[in-house]
Amino acid sequence: MSVKVRIPTPLRGLTKGQGEVEGQGSSINELIENLEKSFGGLRDRLCDETGTVRRFINIYVNEEDIRFLQGTSTPLKPGDLVSIVPAIAGG
Amino acid sequence: MAKVKGLKCRECKRPYPADPLHVCEFCFGPLEVDYDYEALRGTMTRKAIEAGPPSIWRYKALLPIEGEPAVGHHCGMTPLVKAKNLARALGVREVYAKNDTVNHPSFSFKDRVVAVAVTKALEFGFTVVACASTGNLANSVAAHAAEGGLQSFVFVPADLEQGKVLGTLIYDPTLVAVEGNYDEVNRLCSEIADKYRWAFVNINIRPYYAEGSKTFGYEVAEQLGWRAPQHIVVPAAGGSLVTKIWKGLKEFDRLGLLSGGCATRMHVAQAEGCGPIVTAIKENSEIIKPVKPKTIAKSLAIGNPADGYYAYKAVKESGGHGEHASDEEIVEGMKLLASTEGIFAETAGGVTVAAAKRLIEQGRIPKDESLVLCITGNGLKTQEAVAPALKVQLQIKPTLRSFDEAMASHGIDVTPRNAN
Ligand SMILES: Cc1ncc(COP(=O)(O)O)c(C=O)c1O
Ligand SMILES: [Zn+2]
Repeated sequence: MSVKVRIPTPLRGLTKGQGEVEGQGSSINELIENLEKSFGGLRDRLCDETGTVRRFINIYVNEEDIRFLQGTSTPLKPGDLVSIVPAIAGG
Repeated sequence: MAKVKGLKCRECKRPYPADPLHVCEFCFGPLEVDYDYEALRGTMTRKAIEAGPPSIWRYKALLPIEGEPAVGHHCGMTPLVKAKNLARALGVREVYAKNDTVNHPSFSFKDRVVAVAVTKALEFGFTVVACASTGNLANSVAAHAAEGGLQSFVFVPADLEQGKVLGTLIYDPTLVAVEGNYDEVNRLCSEIADKYRWAFVNINIRPYYAEGSKTFGYEVAEQLGWRAPQHIVVPAAGGSLVTKIWKGLKEFDRLGLLSGGCATRMHVAQAEGCGPIVTAIKENSEIIKPVKPKTIAKSLAIGNPADGYYAYKAVKESGGHGEHASDEEIVEGMKLLASTEGIFAETAGGVTVAAAKRLIEQGRIPKDESLVLCITGNGLKTQEAVAPALKVQLQIKPTLRSFDEAMASHGIDVTPRNAN
């Protein structure tokens, strides 16, 4: 199960500067576990001590915020695009 | 005198240099400007402020620019109107309307943040400014970019009001209407910001930009005679304005500028069709659940508010509350403010008036107390929203008879002067 993952600038230090990487997993939870194996330290940046996604991070599957889907249990299928985006102000 | 020490993560407190950065690499918390308040204590006095220019720049020492302001010299110091008629209509002792419908140059409070952001962008040496906007920021960025001689790119949801589209295009930016809601525009812009080296006022310039909103709070306090208001009702989209008004009042208190300290209760106003911050306040939940916006208050239509958590905290810390307003109440609110005080505010102003009305009726704002309404944008920009709810004009022939007939047929009571 291979998906594309967009990495925001603050995390590219962990992905050797890559803005897009391949990931594996049938859900967001599994994807995060697998990303941690390839890019050590990534999980702690994305999730707090309790394992929940940090307050100021938004994760999208194919442009939809996972909070409108099934959160970190949101299923993934091959070819999906997962974006990790820091919260942005505006108005 | 370096009054800005640098940036600091609001969550984990890690320090960062004062560069175009906005998120903490470690916890993704927002970065905030860190000032040397000790150094400011001696210089930032009432007297020094009162001797400054009649604009936001009288508070320059508390704004994150190094040199002189490059744009927006006439921004701020908008009227704080004592709204007696509105107070009577709302059944409360005292109401003030802080009237940013007449802010310079683009008629909303956004000129405060953009004057700071564009000055900062020029200090950093950027040649392009950009933003994602629900409308008012678009107007302001395009205007200030023109003044500062910068190229500008402005991204908005495609369903924006005509007044906001035209009020942006006139300054000749590149205006991009994105087929999606604001949250989708924002997500796209975060990718564009990663790709191009632009000063995105609400992304990489955000720590500096957001500080401009403090001046709304500073002015209210100064105009009340160096007192913090008892209650203040603030419309929220991303939640930055309310967060920064609270910060500004606390800074004034810390610098010893306020008589009677800062006991202000902060109240948040949002539309029913897009009120995730107010919902969290009502549910006492620190977690802000994003929503898909559906409201006539397009300027406030942010379903995933970046500063929602801090807005929530400002309200809880200050003992305030929040209320929603339905689309009908928003229109009624706009009409009430106009018909009682002669102030034509945009939909966000309608939200504020309507939410205040509910808070007063509920006793959250006691009838014998005093409140400030944040009226943050101009009604000429959102004409579509109220047009269907207004009386039609009377059209007549240029004769007295035609006029008298029109009065009679519409039942308008006009008493003629005494014919002796
Ligand atoms: C007229 C008006 N009032 C209030 C706000 C809310 O500001 P914030 O996003 O800082 O909560 C906005 C934001 O776009 C606005 O345009
Ligand atoms: Zn941090």
